[in-house]
Amino acid sequence: MLADFNFRIIFEYLPLFLTGLRSTFLISIVSIILALVTGTIACAGRISSIKLLKYPAIAYIEIIRSTPLLVQIYFLYFGLPTLGIRVPEIQTGIIALMLNSGAYIAEIIRAGITSVDDGQIEAGVSSGLNYFQRMRFIILPQALGVTVPPLLGQSIVLVKDSALLSLISVMELTRCGQTMTSERFMPTEAFLTVAFFYMCIYFCLKSLADWSQKKLIFREAY
Amino acid sequence: MMAFYFSRIVEIFPFFLKGLWMTTQIAFISLFTCTILGFIFGILRSGKNIILKRLVGVYVAFVRGTPFVVQVFIVFFILPEWGIQLKAFQAALLAMAIMGSAFICEIVAGGISAISKGQWEAGTASGLTLIQQLRLVVIPQAMKVILPPLVGQYVLLIKDTSVVSVIGVMELTRVGWVTVMRIPEGLMVFSLVGALYFVISYPLILLSNYLERRMAV
Repeated sequence: MLADFNFRIIFEYLPLFLTGLRSTFLISIVSIILALVTGTIACAGRISSIKLLKYPAIAYIEIIRSTPLLVQIYFLYFGLPTLGIRVPEIQTGIIALMLNSGAYIAEIIRAGITSVDDGQIEAGVSSGLNYFQRMRFIILPQALGVTVPPLLGQSIVLVKDSALLSLISVMELTRCGQTMTSERFMPTEAFLTVAFFYMCIYFCLKSLADWSQKKLIFREAY
Repeated sequence: MMAFYFSRIVEIFPFFLKGLWMTTQIAFISLFTCTILGFIFGILRSGKNIILKRLVGVYVAFVRGTPFVVQVFIVFFILPEWGIQLKAFQAALLAMAIMGSAFICEIVAGGISAISKGQWEAGTASGLTLIQQLRLVVIPQAMKVILPPLVGQYVLLIKDTSVVSVIGVMELTRVGWVTVMRIPEGLMVFSLVGALYFVISYPLILLSNYLERRMAV
């Protein structure tokens, strides 16, 4: 089965894989930062009592959560040009990942905020703190502990989701595997190498997530 | 021009319904197999046999650590090299089964570990065999923990069926992709595709929310 596994070809293609790894890395970091911003805004809309903000936010979150990412990517990839907007594939991909993860992050942050007991907020109000002070000193410090582990989980999902950008010909890790397969027809070597690199990223993020989870329990013990 | 494309899309709407049917088929078959395999793996993972436990652990780590699209490519391109010829539809089902069962395995193992050891011991003391303990004591209680994330996972699995379009299975996303090549109206075509996915997965999302509220202690 793996007897004729060809390591030489992997070494030959290693520079390609490393550039792919680099762009997967960059795409993921940029998208997760943008998604955090989007998610925070969407969450603020979702929990606000102003209907004009609340309902669009709900619609955004629910639509994103109930349609596949691939459809969202294609929607932007084929849809933006019909609106006359022409951007490179990589930007389309980052926008898609941002919008997709943003909806999930909005829900994660909301779960964190609603996990803070009402009594805490009331205590803040009666201590004379205003909205921003309550957020800054009472809600956020408690909510962060509940949100950070799932946020890291979401970033693992995002790294894996970025593989779908290969389908709109963004030159990232999976695309490198496809390129190598079409040039040399060695799918075993190509895709197992790709899988290996993703596993490396996964284990780094996973240990970070586990570590933050442990820290969280530590904080709760106080 | 918009109106023209719109009427074209209405014309080929049956094509979309065919894609929807294919997606539903893949989703149902794989949800079924994933649930069964996931429960078996989950029970093995929380069992006492160290070797099986580790093997399932490695399998789960591999599946969770790699993107589904890479897994689809591995199944579709590598298995033929090893002499296993699969049609695209079969490869899609196999990839879905591999991916879904690993995620459900984790959910089931999490649910089982939430059951206290005393329950197992009570089962042993009542003279139940291991299978009986699982079937009559542990699983019924664990279901309360398992069910909400399981339904959530079903939604993810249904959405992930879109990825198998990359190996040419004529499901909903593929239909959209083929259509957009002929009718260059991406917004319209993929809104329609998205709406059809919404129809399948939104009821499940509502069910998952309901179960989460219901099962919350």
